[in-house]
Amino acid sequence: MDVDQRLMEKDKSPIDGENTVISIRDLKKSFDSNVVLNGIDLDILKGENIAVLGRSGSGKSVLIKIISGLLKPDSGTVKVLGQEVDKINGKVLQALRLKIGFSFQSSALYDSMSVRENLAFPLIRNKRNLKTKEVNIAIEAVLNDVGLSKTINQMPSELSGGQRKRIGIARTLIMKPEIMLYDEPTSGLDPITCIEINNLIVKVQQQYNASSIIITHDLTCAKATANKVTMIVEGKFLIPGTFEAIFNKENPVTKIFYDYNFINSK
Amino acid sequence: MEQDTENIEVLPRQKYFLSKKMDDFFTALYSVNKFILQYFKEAFSTPIEFKELINQCYQVGCKSLPLISLTGFITGLVFTKQSRPSLAEFGATSWLPSLISIAVIRALAPLVTALIVAGKVGSNVGAELGSMKVTEQIDAMEVSGTNPFKFLVVTRISAVTLMLPVLVLYSGLVGMLGAYLNIHQNELTSFPAFVNSAFKTISFLDIISSIFKATCYGFTIGVAGCYQGYFAKNGTKGVGMAANTAVVLSMFLIFVEEMVIVQFVNAIR
Repeated sequence: MDVDQRLMEKDKSPIDGENTVISIRDLKKSFDSNVVLNGIDLDILKGENIAVLGRSGSGKSVLIKIISGLLKPDSGTVKVLGQEVDKINGKVLQALRLKIGFSFQSSALYDSMSVRENLAFPLIRNKRNLKTKEVNIAIEAVLNDVGLSKTINQMPSELSGGQRKRIGIARTLIMKPEIMLYDEPTSGLDPITCIEINNLIVKVQQQYNASSIIITHDLTCAKATANKVTMIVEGKFLIPGTFEAIFNKENPVTKIFYDYNFINSK
Repeated sequence: MEQDTENIEVLPRQKYFLSKKMDDFFTALYSVNKFILQYFKEAFSTPIEFKELINQCYQVGCKSLPLISLTGFITGLVFTKQSRPSLAEFGATSWLPSLISIAVIRALAPLVTALIVAGKVGSNVGAELGSMKVTEQIDAMEVSGTNPFKFLVVTRISAVTLMLPVLVLYSGLVGMLGAYLNIHQNELTSFPAFVNSAFKTISFLDIISSIFKATCYGFTIGVAGCYQGYFAKNGTKGVGMAANTAVVLSMFLIFVEEMVIVQFVNAIR
């Protein structure tokens, strides 16, 4: 199913009341005197994609780093798959992280490893009883999913920006995550590559039934990939809604974003 | 009068306990101690990253061999050449093997090898981890269910700590070989006579203290490199600074440790 078909379907068929996979209540986070998140509430259901928009430095990346346990919140609760992320550590946190895929803005591929080794790394380290043949099958399958089978023996430095992003996503998909966190998946890419990445995000949602948070400035990406869209304004969320509901012309806060992306840059 | 009092500017609350530099120094000291404690905690907990440890030992040990061989050989050869005129004045060139063995085994081999390893491995570790930090590779490792401290830091510190004594012993032997070649060329001393004379003056304590020094230097180089790299920030500039600080700090601490350990060994000799 392509993006256009999916866009037509998503509004009329919201997720049918399944389990909440991420539940955030009154989340606050500051860096020194700079208040970044000031009482965030959010619920994400199983199989649901939500796009989080906002200005640079508004705390979008901080939000997903808190969800993945890379940062600790100052206050509030963050429940991921029923577990409070900031209250667990060690092996419990490690086990939870295996269910969360994190696609970094910079792709964060291991420079010293080939594509094959990058993909094998999380698998070998977390499923130590796997045979080499099984690992190779998993690598080939996930590379097919992202359409980059030919790059298997290349080094990250030999890949283009779009290819690096896709390999970064593939590295998380190999663990079959229940939740995907994308940090600026289309930043710095040309429009055609952006469309490929958008299609991949949708494919991941459908094929793996994963719930996703997509941090982005790119409204086309948000529109194409997300069931719901929200925006961080002064440390708080606008109430999540459909793309059309959030970016209606009467809302002055979101209008600037919309105009810049779709009409003109003045 | 009341108005005047109101207009007096209220001074901001003092931000620092002592001064900024002193506060930073003690904060860094606390942070390094915490880092070292975490190293020991992670190093002795399962699972042990044995494969990566072997890989790092190869990187530190085998890949340093050419450089260590060259510097060790030249050190032994040049030290012998420079010492000869002074001993020749007293007709005591037969003491050269003893003098060289004491100098090389007790001081030169550990110090020169440690400084070479600090420059080569310390900068490498600092830059590698620093680069991984600023490009979010360490975060990526953490979210993929791997403990980056155990995988990256523990293995590197352990590898340098384990391999430096081996490199020091090797460097000592190569240095002695350089000395032998120079002595054989000038005094026509046979190899058995050289070995007999050289090792007669070396005690077990000299070897043990040399290994102990090398272990301390290795640990210092590993901790300095990993600490600087693991906490690198400010992009590529931070990576350069991490590599640079790792080398400078390691070298400084090696000399301080040399001074302390020599005092300690002399006291028990």
